[in-house]
Amino acid sequence: MTTLKSILILCAVLGSATGAAAAQATVHVEPASFQGPRPLADQTAKAAIRDYIESWQSLNAALDGNRADLLDADFVGDAKDKLMAAIQEQSRLGIRTHYEDRAHDVQIVFYSPEGLSIELTDTVDYDVQLLDHDKSQGMQRVHMRYLVVLTPAELRWKVRVLQAEAE
Amino acid sequence: MRAVAAFLLMIGVAAPVCAQSSELMLPAKVEAGAAFSIQSTGTGKGTLYIAGLGQVLKRDVQLGETTWFPAGTLYNAGHYAVFLAGNGSAASGAFDVVPVSQPADLSFLARPSRLAVGLHDGITGAVFLFDAYKNLIPVSMPIEFRLTSPSSETQSSTVVTHNGAAWTVMDSTAKQGTDKFVASSGAISSTRIIGQVPGDPCGLKMSAKPAGRQIQLQTDPVRDCSGNAVPDGTIVTFTEAYNGAQSTVDVPLKRGIAQVEMPAHADATITVASGVILGNQIRWEK
Repeated sequence: MTTLKSILILCAVLGSATGAAAAQATVHVEPASFQGPRPLADQTAKAAIRDYIESWQSLNAALDGNRADLLDADFVGDAKDKLMAAIQEQSRLGIRTHYEDRAHDVQIVFYSPEGLSIELTDTVDYDVQLLDHDKSQGMQRVHMRYLVVLTPAELRWKVRVLQAEAE
Repeated sequence: MRAVAAFLLMIGVAAPVCAQSSELMLPAKVEAGAAFSIQSTGTGKGTLYIAGLGQVLKRDVQLGETTWFPAGTLYNAGHYAVFLAGNGSAASGAFDVVPVSQPADLSFLARPSRLAVGLHDGITGAVFLFDAYKNLIPVSMPIEFRLTSPSSETQSSTVVTHNGAAWTVMDSTAKQGTDKFVASSGAISSTRIIGQVPGDPCGLKMSAKPAGRQIQLQTDPVRDCSGNAVPDGTIVTFTEAYNGAQSTVDVPLKRGIAQVEMPAHADATITVASGVILGNQIRWEK
């Protein structure tokens, strides 16, 4: 009951916290599922998930505007490097991509013993639209499971790995 | 060409994606870095777009022909949307790039880098497993963790990754020195060095002898509960209480012992401590 209560609270908090930033994306949080020596505080879980959900806004803004600098606040390491490379390639080709996340189903699956990484899975519904010199070449609705690794930075959790997982 | 498409469909590696009058034959999955091809139907020229969060490609194609992508073209694992535009028609589809199942890199975090001897579950290690293209490998794979102490005592455990991650806990051993903490998967390994330092003093004991009008106080060699010498510089506190008064002297360990001279008051009570560890007590009656 306590777990359920905390999940509902987390959903409510995320709903309000991400409401403005994440447009109409709905966020559902599953109970954390991992075994480890370090307990995961509710506050930590909420912060990590909130920061991750917000990272989709940066991701979209960066890929839509071909602006790698917009990744700085939310991405680090390999995730940032790969997104930056994609943006560089988009710029070279005259392409933009617009990602709009519609729904997230998030579950924390790993919290490292020293507290320096959280891994979560996110089954995301999103739209992706590709524009070549501002002309739309099509749009797709995607339902995909992502593996996400977050690490703490000075002020927030940042995305270190963001990888779609084939079914 | 249609025969090839039919064969690919039959073995389940490609699926047709239709929109308007064009059709795309896409692979269901491509291993990161592997060559692949995309076949289209129709006539005339077109443009093929492949877009994912890690890479974006654009190719001019001849509709109705197969477009080949050599090895190393797509290497970031993820989901890729495909759009084909040309000759008044369009098609779209998607496929996934999956990590290479052969590990090439371990991200190994061991904590702490320095700790006291003899701590149960005092050392932790966590691993993320990556392929040669820095893709997280989500398929379960065994990771061997091995901690070797200065006395060559070894602790090991094998943990299977879940979602690309694995962790373990180990005990610090009884002997001070440098431990090697190794995580390995197949031929890939990563080593961290863990410093084990002596623990708190254990069985702290002093002796006293007269030195003129002073008492000469000296500890036995100060060791932790595992017998490791407590490092020089560790503070030992001598306290003398007499006639309702008290004097205290802090002395750093030098060559493993602490010594000091204090006034010889009759019926004084002298105690010794290091941090929160209390030693013996002497009553000076002379």
